[in-house]
Amino acid sequence: MYDSFLIKYGEIGIKGNNRHVFEDALVKRIREALASVDGDYTITKERGRIYVNAAGDWHFDEAVEALRHVFGIVGICPVMVMPAGTFDALRAGVLDFIGRVYPDSTASFKIKARRINKAFEKKSMEIDAELGDAILRTYPKMHVDVHEPDILVDIEIRENIYIYSETIPGPGGMPVGTGGSAMLLLSGGIDSPVAGYMIAKRGVTIDAVYFHAPPYTSERAKQKVIDLAREVARFTGPIRLHIVNFTDIQLAIYDNCPHEELTIIMRRYMMRIAEHFALEKNCLGLVTGESIGQVASQTMQSLVTTNAVCTLPVYRPLIGFDKNDIVAIAKEIGTYETSILPFEDCCTIFVAKHPVTKPMLKTIEHSEMHLKDVIDDLMKTALETTEVITVR
Amino acid sequence: MTEIYLDNASTTQPLPAVREIIMKTMTEDYGNPSSMHQKGVEAEKYLKEAASTLASILKVREKEIFFTSGGTESNNWALLGGAAALKRTGRTIITSAMEHPAVSEVVRYLEEQDFRVIRIGIDREGHLDREALKAALSEDVILVSIMYVNNEVGAVTPVDEIGRLVHEKAPKALYHVDATQAFGHYRIYPKASGIDLLSASAHKFHGPKGVGFLYISEHARIRPLILGGGQQGGMRSGTDNVPGVAGMGAAAREAYRDFDKKNAYIRSLKDYLTAGLAALPDVVVHSGPGEDFAPHIVNAAFRGVGAEVLLHSLEDRGIYVSAGSACSTHKRAPSPTLSALGVDREDLGASVRFSFCETNTREEIDTVLAELKTLLPALRRYRAH
Repeated sequence: MYDSFLIKYGEIGIKGNNRHVFEDALVKRIREALASVDGDYTITKERGRIYVNAAGDWHFDEAVEALRHVFGIVGICPVMVMPAGTFDALRAGVLDFIGRVYPDSTASFKIKARRINKAFEKKSMEIDAELGDAILRTYPKMHVDVHEPDILVDIEIRENIYIYSETIPGPGGMPVGTGGSAMLLLSGGIDSPVAGYMIAKRGVTIDAVYFHAPPYTSERAKQKVIDLAREVARFTGPIRLHIVNFTDIQLAIYDNCPHEELTIIMRRYMMRIAEHFALEKNCLGLVTGESIGQVASQTMQSLVTTNAVCTLPVYRPLIGFDKNDIVAIAKEIGTYETSILPFEDCCTIFVAKHPVTKPMLKTIEHSEMHLKDVIDDLMKTALETTEVITVR
Repeated sequence: MTEIYLDNASTTQPLPAVREIIMKTMTEDYGNPSSMHQKGVEAEKYLKEAASTLASILKVREKEIFFTSGGTESNNWALLGGAAALKRTGRTIITSAMEHPAVSEVVRYLEEQDFRVIRIGIDREGHLDREALKAALSEDVILVSIMYVNNEVGAVTPVDEIGRLVHEKAPKALYHVDATQAFGHYRIYPKASGIDLLSASAHKFHGPKGVGFLYISEHARIRPLILGGGQQGGMRSGTDNVPGVAGMGAAAREAYRDFDKKNAYIRSLKDYLTAGLAALPDVVVHSGPGEDFAPHIVNAAFRGVGAEVLLHSLEDRGIYVSAGSACSTHKRAPSPTLSALGVDREDLGASVRFSFCETNTREEIDTVLAELKTLLPALRRYRAH
């Protein structure tokens, strides 16, 4: 039935002179997304439209699923393509289309033709009227409704004729690769994968850093984070995941600093390490899954103290979200099931019973002074022993 | 780094004889026992051989041995098949408070189907409250399901004594014993003990995974669970798992060779580790000495240490143990068995299981104890509070 898709993109259509940059990125992302599914696909850009043509052993649902992960796509329309020949041929094609897509339908419909190729024999209005008439004769149970039709059949007459009536929603946003890159602090929790998703949705390329603390966190916890990165990568494309061995730094903080400040100080070192790799990879910012007040280390005061160690901007796309909202997105993008697997992550193992909720920057900086004899070496080792894997 | 595998209650390494026979069924004798030609006949010989080995170990008849996909299927079959066959005879099912989920979850399902379930409590050593059992047994009881050796602490149930009680006070009941952790460590004679149904799993005694058996007494009425092509006398359909069954047969034969010597040796390892652990500060051993506990399992709480952290620290040193039961780590809840034993809440999250087989050595245990001696103080320094 279908062998092509018309890709609708919203926001990028309005970019002035940069438009081709966005369109080219979108085409590239579509190509990458379809590379992992069966079938041969050709992607063409034609006057404000992107078409995906499928051939070979391809599966409709699989292709649509892949396209639904490409940011920048607003809608995916399965289209029937036929050569722009005679009107009689078009009529036969449309009748065949209706019969196959809507067998035995009693729905209302409307035809909306657009003749871009002026060589075609009839004008748009005539096409609408005559095709409507033909459908009513052939499928007498259907009826016309030009205001609120159940089925809107779009017909675009270009070099070829494209017939479509259905739009599958895409994820929206902007094509990844058009917005610079950022370093995501990825834990095994619910929030950080969602934060990465949201920033990537604005066209940002994502790299990630994960803090591993063996033996306090297990290999399975690490595998869980790799699995989460893989889920996010379905939207963002390959993610370079930095796996930092953080144990010795954590233990040094435990040994030398007040225990109620452990989490805050730990977060500060995480930010420092993340920024190191961010600068190394030419990222323009850090991304975290923080949301105000969710836990002690995410109060406004805590955010001030963790933010203070960074020179790059820290993007927190979930900052105003309730947990429920975050969970809803996590479920939608498919990271939730993995996030709730019960493995320790390094934020939860040394948590004090009563962590500070309103830390003063000066106090925290003072506490960190106790680390001065050891921390440089520990940081150096942590950076040097970091494992980088590309997750796709 | 040499590997010290002390997690034999989770699974064991298949023996060379097991690997060889499986290889043979996968290279030469790969026929389907249901086929009429010679290839099928050759394959069928492996099934007969395994059934004969198991029957002679248990002193039962070959036709009373049914091959399954493992302990979980055997337990499911015993309970669901038994309940289905006897549902018009009575509605009461008796089990204990410390069963493996492969029994307790099935019982819970039957409870939802309006069977009446009585769960017999256990004492602080993990042994069944016999007075409560006596009180619960009645004419209405159709199934009694008890585990032989508890998988977490190794507590042993006196299956003979319970068998006598069951048949005396609940004459209509089928007596099911989950022997998953016992087969290979105990001589089990279902006929003498009054056991009607007995479950076992090959990978717990150096056989392959994905295969086990259910002994069904010829006098027991039980419905099949898996219907289809009528294999195994219509009692358990599905193309016979020739490699698995052959491997299980070979493993069973080896398990009962030099049986007494082997298990005495395994018990000596257990006693050696227990003594070593007792000398460490703030370690509480849950598995007792003597015949009330299995020879191959030591469960101990390391106060002030997270079990998982200890597990991974030992793993870094090539030592493999288990935190609770490997089967229950998929759901992170305190072990119902340890809770039933009355283990302190704090100790629940600090409990580690060591389990042995005959290839473990005293030297390995010396290494483990030495590592614990250095690890524990370091791990106790760093803890959530």
